[in-house]
Amino acid sequence: MAILEVNGLKVFFHTRNGTVKAVNDISFSVDSGETLAIVGESGSGKSVTCYSLLDLLPKPPAKIEAGTALFEGNDLLTCSKDQMRQHRCNDIAVIFQDPMTSLNPFLTIGEQLIEPLVHHPDKDQAITRRSAKEKAIALLDEVGIIDSQERFDCYPHEFSGGMRQRVMIAMALITEPKLLICDEPTTALDVTIQAQILELIKKLQETRNVAVIFISHDLGVVAGIADKVIVMCEGTIREADITDNIFYKTKDDYTKKLLSAIPEGAKTLPNRSIHGSPLIDVSNLKTYFKNQSGKKDNENQFVKAVDDVSLAISRGEILGLVGESGSGKSTLGRSILQLAPATSGSVKFDDQVLTGMNAKQLVPWRKRMQMIFQDPYASLNPRMTVFETLSEPLLYHGLASKKEIAQHVKQLMDDVGLAQAQLRKYPHEFSGGQRQRIAIGRAIATKPEFIIADEPVSALDVTIQAQILDLILDLVEQHNLTMMFISHDLSVVRYISDRVIIMNRGVIVEQGDTEGLWARPKEPYTKDLLSAIPLADPRSERLRIATR
Amino acid sequence: MNSSIEENSSSLWKDAWIKLSKNRLALFGLAILCILIITSLLTPLIAPYSYEAQNLELGATSPSIQHWLGTDIFGRDMLTRIMYGGRVSLMVGFIATAVALVIGILWGAVAGFFGGRVDAVMMRIVDMLYALPFMIFIILLMVVFGRNILLLFFAIGAVEWLTMARIVRSQVMALRNQEFVEAANSLGLSQWTIIRRHIIPNTLGPVIVYTTLTIPSVMLLEAFLSFLGLGIQPPQSSWGLLINYGVETMEEFPWLLIFPGIALSLTLFALNFLGDGLRDALDPRASKD
Repeated sequence: MAILEVNGLKVFFHTRNGTVKAVNDISFSVDSGETLAIVGESGSGKSVTCYSLLDLLPKPPAKIEAGTALFEGNDLLTCSKDQMRQHRCNDIAVIFQDPMTSLNPFLTIGEQLIEPLVHHPDKDQAITRRSAKEKAIALLDEVGIIDSQERFDCYPHEFSGGMRQRVMIAMALITEPKLLICDEPTTALDVTIQAQILELIKKLQETRNVAVIFISHDLGVVAGIADKVIVMCEGTIREADITDNIFYKTKDDYTKKLLSAIPEGAKTLPNRSIHGSPLIDVSNLKTYFKNQSGKKDNENQFVKAVDDVSLAISRGEILGLVGESGSGKSTLGRSILQLAPATSGSVKFDDQVLTGMNAKQLVPWRKRMQMIFQDPYASLNPRMTVFETLSEPLLYHGLASKKEIAQHVKQLMDDVGLAQAQLRKYPHEFSGGQRQRIAIGRAIATKPEFIIADEPVSALDVTIQAQILDLILDLVEQHNLTMMFISHDLSVVRYISDRVIIMNRGVIVEQGDTEGLWARPKEPYTKDLLSAIPLADPRSERLRIATR
Repeated sequence: MNSSIEENSSSLWKDAWIKLSKNRLALFGLAILCILIITSLLTPLIAPYSYEAQNLELGATSPSIQHWLGTDIFGRDMLTRIMYGGRVSLMVGFIATAVALVIGILWGAVAGFFGGRVDAVMMRIVDMLYALPFMIFIILLMVVFGRNILLLFFAIGAVEWLTMARIVRSQVMALRNQEFVEAANSLGLSQWTIIRRHIIPNTLGPVIVYTTLTIPSVMLLEAFLSFLGLGIQPPQSSWGLLINYGVETMEEFPWLLIFPGIALSLTLFALNFLGDGLRDALDPRASKD
């Protein structure tokens, strides 16, 4: 019998601007020991569906219009607050997306772990701190926290992202729930850590026989662990089937679109000439930051974000720079653009040494090199219209007079595929993909020769990601750009780059032309990275998890 | 160039005005403020009586047809005195707050944006001024420069900017590391341009709210100083002073307290409505309706 059965669920948001049908007539069921994946792009209603089960939605504006959600025969949607608290305490647990923000920074992780046990709403079921602690430590061992005895009294900031997500999983499991809801639990993590966490969830599910609802935007991630997949779009179910049928025999256009949007293989760029002469020449670049922890010994005085890196980028080349978080890849990019002062070493742009120039001397060079940032929500000034944002670089560098500016800006809007009618709008009125188009428009406004793109698609949905990547490739071709493409996502880098550099802990681990590196990685770190990429292929994914 | 001219001129301030003009409560506040300001400007022409002519035989009378708002214990017309008092109060409120705004925003923005040593030095200066007893500061100014209403305004403004600088600085420090500021940097914009175009407009929300709180507190501060004999002197008056005297005779002649009180609260209401409206209008993200 299904442990959870959702029937005809409708959740609407009543806002001043009208009603948003976030979830519109959804039905599904999960059995014990089964993993159901809900896949969809942002705004598809996948998270709203799950939050409505636990009464975690803000009401108003949210309102459950219709439907039932039977958990072991009890309707979750109509039960009283006390019953809901019982369910949350005993039966259903959630793992949230961002382990950085879902743990309280002022409490030790141990304190947070035992909280639901010691402060159980039902006084009879509450247990003593001592036995709760024993239970918590056993669980920390199970989720792979080393030295769990000592780590019990550590604060969240003393853990890495992956370790925090393990703690979150332990927290979810401590009440021995029958249903575990994972809301994008690996999205904020590096690819190697993601592989570990996925394995852990799979393993725990098997040993404990819990039902799992796994929410993700990434079909590749769910391929290996899901038994059934639901594809959601705009509040409705587009397709629901067992995993293999979704991946191998889908009939739905939207699912096909999602699958084809996953970047696979390499794109060959026609009509480009890569000259041998380097446009960018970096030699022995070091960028250190003062260590904030305040230890005075000479060893740890500095964080070596970039440690003795040399590289060259030829004209017309797209260089992919890959690394996990903390590898120094973004700092390297910012040091090349002279946005972060280098400690030593030199950066040459077109045979001119940039390091050591002051802000004024750099102005003419800034025009020739630009940057596209990761988060299109943060990289645009919220109080400037698109027109102002795009005209600022043109006016500042004297590339257009006040009279011609409207024409220039419209041309830019065309180049990046935005409707001219949207000139007067503010950033918040655009979707993520459109914002990234604005940011790209700003970067190409000065007709630069060199652009650094720092994770330009990692905040975007997969279909949008594909569009933006194609836009970038188009622009590279049209404007003869040289580009450094920074990303943690190997598939994306493979799709777009001519040559790849792998970075770890501030140094270059391996470099080579893209296909050669994929076919014959030399360094163990590179091999690890490549093997951790989730593929949208359930059979090979299962095989990989099984053989680990 | 047909529609593009409109597009060109579109900016935060213009859009804010369009949005504000749709906000009835804010417009109401603005209208009241305008009426008060215009009345103050025209007071010497339209005031029914002289503000200093006493009529001791008449004494304090309650509102009547001759004296709409009654007379005070010296037989002076209250309406006239409130009108003249409004001149002083509104002036001190706006000038002192404007002084505080300009110094505070610039000081805070520069300190917060550059950080490090610049910030340390600038904020220590603020701390030192905070520690300086306000009264002694004003008395010193009065002794050195002589008693002068304008100087009083600046002195009050020069004290109030400290808090403004603190608020702006903390806002700027959070903004400084935002990606759009870094993007502006990578465009090669000068530091001053970045502060002016990217930083300050994004600090406006809290600044406006604090401004609407500062204006009334400055008005009351002036009353306090005048009460101590450091501000304006009788027979001149201000709303704060009128209220102070009104409190003393509250039980016998309540209208001496009530009417200046209404004038002051009306201003505060208007300011708050306008302030809230401005804050929403200057934030493009606030819903449009």
